[in-house]
Amino acid sequence: MAALSATLSRFGGVYLLPVVLAVLSFLLIPFSTWATLTVAGLAMGMMIFLMASGLSLIFGLMDVLNFGHSAFVLFGAFIAASVLAALAAWVHGASPALNVAALLLAIAAATAFGAAAGWFFERVVVKPVYKDHLRQILITMGALIVAEQIILAVWGGVPIPVPRPRVLEGSIIIGNVAIETYRVFAFLLGLAVYVVMHMVLNRTRVGLLIRAGVENREMVEALGFRIDRLFISVFMAGSALAAMGGAMWAGYQSLITPALGAEMMILVFIVVIIGGLGSIEGSLLGAILVGLTANYVAFLFPKMALASNMILMMAILLWRPYGLKPAVKG
Amino acid sequence: MKSGGGFILRLDDVRTDIGQYHVLHGVSLDVPEGGVHVLLGRNGAGKTTTLRTIMGLWRARKGAIVFRHHDITAMKTPDIARLGIAYVPENMGIFGGLSVEENMRLAASGGVFDKARLERIFALFPAMQKFWHSQAYALSGGQKQMLAISRAIIEKRELILIDEPTKGLAPSIIRAMIDAFREIAKDTTILLVEQNFHFAKSLGTTVAVIDDGRIVHRGSMADLAADAALQTRLLSLSLEAH
Repeated sequence: MAALSATLSRFGGVYLLPVVLAVLSFLLIPFSTWATLTVAGLAMGMMIFLMASGLSLIFGLMDVLNFGHSAFVLFGAFIAASVLAALAAWVHGASPALNVAALLLAIAAATAFGAAAGWFFERVVVKPVYKDHLRQILITMGALIVAEQIILAVWGGVPIPVPRPRVLEGSIIIGNVAIETYRVFAFLLGLAVYVVMHMVLNRTRVGLLIRAGVENREMVEALGFRIDRLFISVFMAGSALAAMGGAMWAGYQSLITPALGAEMMILVFIVVIIGGLGSIEGSLLGAILVGLTANYVAFLFPKMALASNMILMMAILLWRPYGLKPAVKG
Repeated sequence: MKSGGGFILRLDDVRTDIGQYHVLHGVSLDVPEGGVHVLLGRNGAGKTTTLRTIMGLWRARKGAIVFRHHDITAMKTPDIARLGIAYVPENMGIFGGLSVEENMRLAASGGVFDKARLERIFALFPAMQKFWHSQAYALSGGQKQMLAISRAIIEKRELILIDEPTKGLAPSIIRAMIDAFREIAKDTTILLVEQNFHFAKSLGTTVAVIDDGRIVHRGSMADLAADAALQTRLLSLSLEAH
């Protein structure tokens, strides 16, 4: 393991892992299939990144284990599905501009709901259990169950179809490679969000405070900053991003059920643990690894598809117990 | 209780618990304005707890802490800091993932540096200028301590609380620290927690000795430094190793 670490560091460190994974798969999979799987993996990774990045910052900044995080994913998916259903004429119309406008409105509605629900959740559910991990786990898992029941009460238990905007249906054909348009859109949206987050974290004073708070929130307070106010903002942003990820995921899956929250919770936690707590770069890296692994393994060893990400997490934790790119502490 | 009579900080019968443990059993301490004032004591005597209680990082169960005319006993840490109190913890509290510049910028009011103060810091600690853009985790222990102190003085502070700044540092770095503290103390009051008596006596104006959560001696550092018998009685248990 030490030799592997040293070799990786020489050639780009842990950022090389997705490349290594892609190259290994390239040797085993026909090119056209490999290209399709790679784009699918990257798109899936970006959507999971949207869901996971907020959770990672929330844990890093305030040491809060929020098992209810995927409730925002769940609500985001169902709200987006409802908005898209309500705008069916735009979604299926001939105008690409209206197609895209419908999707952007659905994403905006989900994101706005996520931010508002995040504020309520932090004030009512999380704040009373700061510094108490056991109660955090119990109460936030309880909140996820309540969220599922609300979804059942409002939308019912029948799987809901999610229409894709007409302009994003179908595939882009390059040679004998077919790439789903929606996946390209999902990848680009995730990339854009990452770039914005990266710039906010690295080029603004608020970002500087968040990065410092993730490392040592007590010292940030000793410098005169009210980190509890910062935390509410981060919690709202993280919840909004989770809802945005849920909205995108709904379109990706085409059919959603109230079980989506619990399913995504596992993936999101795997990504946060693989990437390292408190790190946006780590979340992105972990999400892309999870997306690529899920797609390659589903093709090569279909029976191992469900277990693949758990195995990936175990392997990475054996190698790096704090994840691939954890925030520096102290 | 009001601070006055030249005292910048007064602690009156401060009692602090950490979990089920009673750590401070009634600390009463007056810190005069200006100069370096030293709080000495063995490991576990309550030195760090006293500083953390002043900063509001741990809450006093009883007693009063007054900084100038403000009762800060129940104030939140950020509000205490904004009154002009800086804190350099024992572990230095450096943000390792941030550059030296970013560490300093966080402490600068509005994120804008006062050029004169920055130049003064570079004169005191040239390493800060040399490693300005380096990640803080890559600094040596002495450089991290310099960064922690630089961060505390990048803005005008009324009082700086410093917890064992010499711990684990090489003698040459300690000598540089002594010069730096003398310079800083020209316009700021320093409350210094130390176990290293030789370092403390070279800087201290006054000294208080804490043992088992109580102040057991108060006086001038010069008197303590000149009285070998008193040193033996007060400090032998805790300081002879130094």
